Amino acid sequence: MDKFRMIFQFFQSNQESFMNGICGIMALASTQMYSAFDFNCPCLPHYNLAYGLGILLVPPFILFLLGFVLNNNISMLAEEWRRPQGGRGKDPSVLRYMFCSMAQRAMIAPAVWVSVTLLDGKCITCAFCTSVPVDTLGNASHPRLSQGEIQRVLARIPCKEIYNGQQLIANEVAVRYLRCISQALGWCFVLLMTTLAFMVRSLRPCFSQAAFLKSRYWSHYIDIERKLFDETCAEHARSFAKVCIQQFFEGMSTDLVAARCHLPRKAPADAEEAAQKLLGITDQGTMNMALKSWHRCKPPLHLHPPALPTGNGWAGEGQPPTHPSAPPRETAAYYSCV
Amino acid sequence: MDRFRMIFQYFQSNSESVMNGICGLLALASVKMYTSFDFSCPCLPQYNVAYGLGIMFVPAIIFFLCGLILNRQSLVMLEEWRRPEGRRKKDLAVIRYMCSSIMQRAMVAPVVWIVVTLLDGKCLICAFSGSVDPQKFVGFANVSTVQVQQLLAKVPCKDDELMRNNTSRKAVSRYLRCWSQALGWSILLILIIAAFLARWLRPCFNQVTLLQARHWSNYIDIEQKVFEETCCEHSRLFAHKCILHFFESMQQEIKRHSFSLPREGEGAGEEEDLLRGITDQDQVNKLLKTWYYEKPPLDVS
Repeated sequence: MDKFRMIFQFFQSNQESFMNGICGIMALASTQMYSAFDFNCPCLPHYNLAYGLGILLVPPFILFLLGFVLNNNISMLAEEWRRPQGGRGKDPSVLRYMFCSMAQRAMIAPAVWVSVTLLDGKCITCAFCTSVPVDTLGNASHPRLSQGEIQRVLARIPCKEIYNGQQLIANEVAVRYLRCISQALGWCFVLLMTTLAFMVRSLRPCFSQAAFLKSRYWSHYIDIERKLFDETCAEHARSFAKVCIQQFFEGMSTDLVAARCHLPRKAPADAEEAAQKLLGITDQGTMNMALKSWHRCKPPLHLHPPALPTGNGWAGEGQPPTHPSAPPRETAAYYSCV
Repeated sequence: MDRFRMIFQYFQSNSESVMNGICGLLALASVKMYTSFDFSCPCLPQYNVAYGLGIMFVPAIIFFLCGLILNRQSLVMLEEWRRPEGRRKKDLAVIRYMCSSIMQRAMVAPVVWIVVTLLDGKCLICAFSGSVDPQKFVGFANVSTVQVQQLLAKVPCKDDELMRNNTSRKAVSRYLRCWSQALGWSILLILIIAAFLARWLRPCFNQVTLLQARHWSNYIDIEQKVFEETCCEHSRLFAHKCILHFFESMQQEIKRHSFSLPREGEGAGEEEDLLRGITDQDQVNKLLKTWYYEKPPLDVS
């Protein structure tokens, strides 16, 4: 139990840091993904907006969902939410606490993506280049073009190589303008997120500290209880399997002895332990038969109580001679010697 | 108990160093962010000031807030401040001490950002190129007022077609950069002198109060950590007992319903103990179903 206790304490104290670590890794992954992504503005009037806003908003949504998927506690939350009430009431504040802490962690990577995108400026430049105020920034002396023409020219702003509207509005001027707006938006977004995080963290002790302590305790409890239950079931399954297999081999050797009807040699005392481990199977043919039987006809998941002594004459340690009613002849002779 | 003692000593000695480490990391992060940020002055008359000053101050506020959020002590201080008095009086000196140490640490990264910004100079050039007196510079001296504003606003953009070979642009740029760097170094000098004086002169004033405040703020911090550790330990034991009770109640129910031969007590080996009387596929399935559909009440008395 000491080993389990150490492991659980490790998990408990490190569950939060483990989740924080995953959070940080996802944030780094999102910046890496952005720098590796080859942004390619289409430079066509209606496609620019869709592409730019798509790149700005779709990956954060994916990262948010990924944040939930990678969080181990999501299944715990779902289980606690959907379980029937039974003998234990459900506390909605615990569920809310668990959901909020998971959502907060999942929000970090999308927020990083949106900030990096806005601070870099390419997305906003691509999406809103057709909305640049040509009257204030451009040349007023340029001959009037139709609205559609102007849109087409402006749409090429992000693509410097094919831009042909230098007389209408200088490419650098437009790009600087859009980038300035994008970076301002980016910094405002980061400021907003940080302020929200600060408020959430600092207002909590002012208002609901007692409720928070309660929810935190019980959400940790549910987690630990689930892990302990899994450990106990694993322990049980191991013992079950061990007894089941032992009984299978014992059954096999009973069958063998019944089939062959030969006197088992009385094992000398020093070789008894090794002989016991062999479980009555001492040659290749028998082993092959045992393996075939294990594959073709697995024993039922029902452990019978060890009432009858095994028939091959070994006095297994601690084996009480309780049911002498139907012993094979050899067993009776063995016991009578004792 | 030895293990607990080691853990607590670790926490005690390292709470300050953890906070200092986070402080240092934030300062490094601010430098890195400045170097990787692509500063792009809009070079338009109304936008320059907003952009330049915005880049100088908004990230500083963000770093300050981050410094407060990442510091665990700020939560401890807030809890101590807002708790009901109960049977333990509140000591304002302790709260003030904690507040000042948190603020000092949180101010490091913003100051680093502002100083780096000033020493680099781009922000100030962008923000104040329109406020320079055009008469001082040959290239802008004889230009009309409206046009001079436009031209001065374009000074930060070296590659603009109007500014490409303009020597006066370089003169304005150097002038502003000189002011910016002078301001940066002055701020750095003032802050370091202030920090030096504060550290040197502190023992002259109220040393006893300071020692007491520091001791009790450490105490509050450790007490909270010990409480959390104890709660973890308690919930583990609670869960253990709860599960054992559950298995026992299942075992009793099975005995009541199944009429099977009772197992020999003396002969039961270790495996049988671990099996807790559940030796059948149906029994295991029933146990798992009961665990899901009817979790036991949270009562281990």
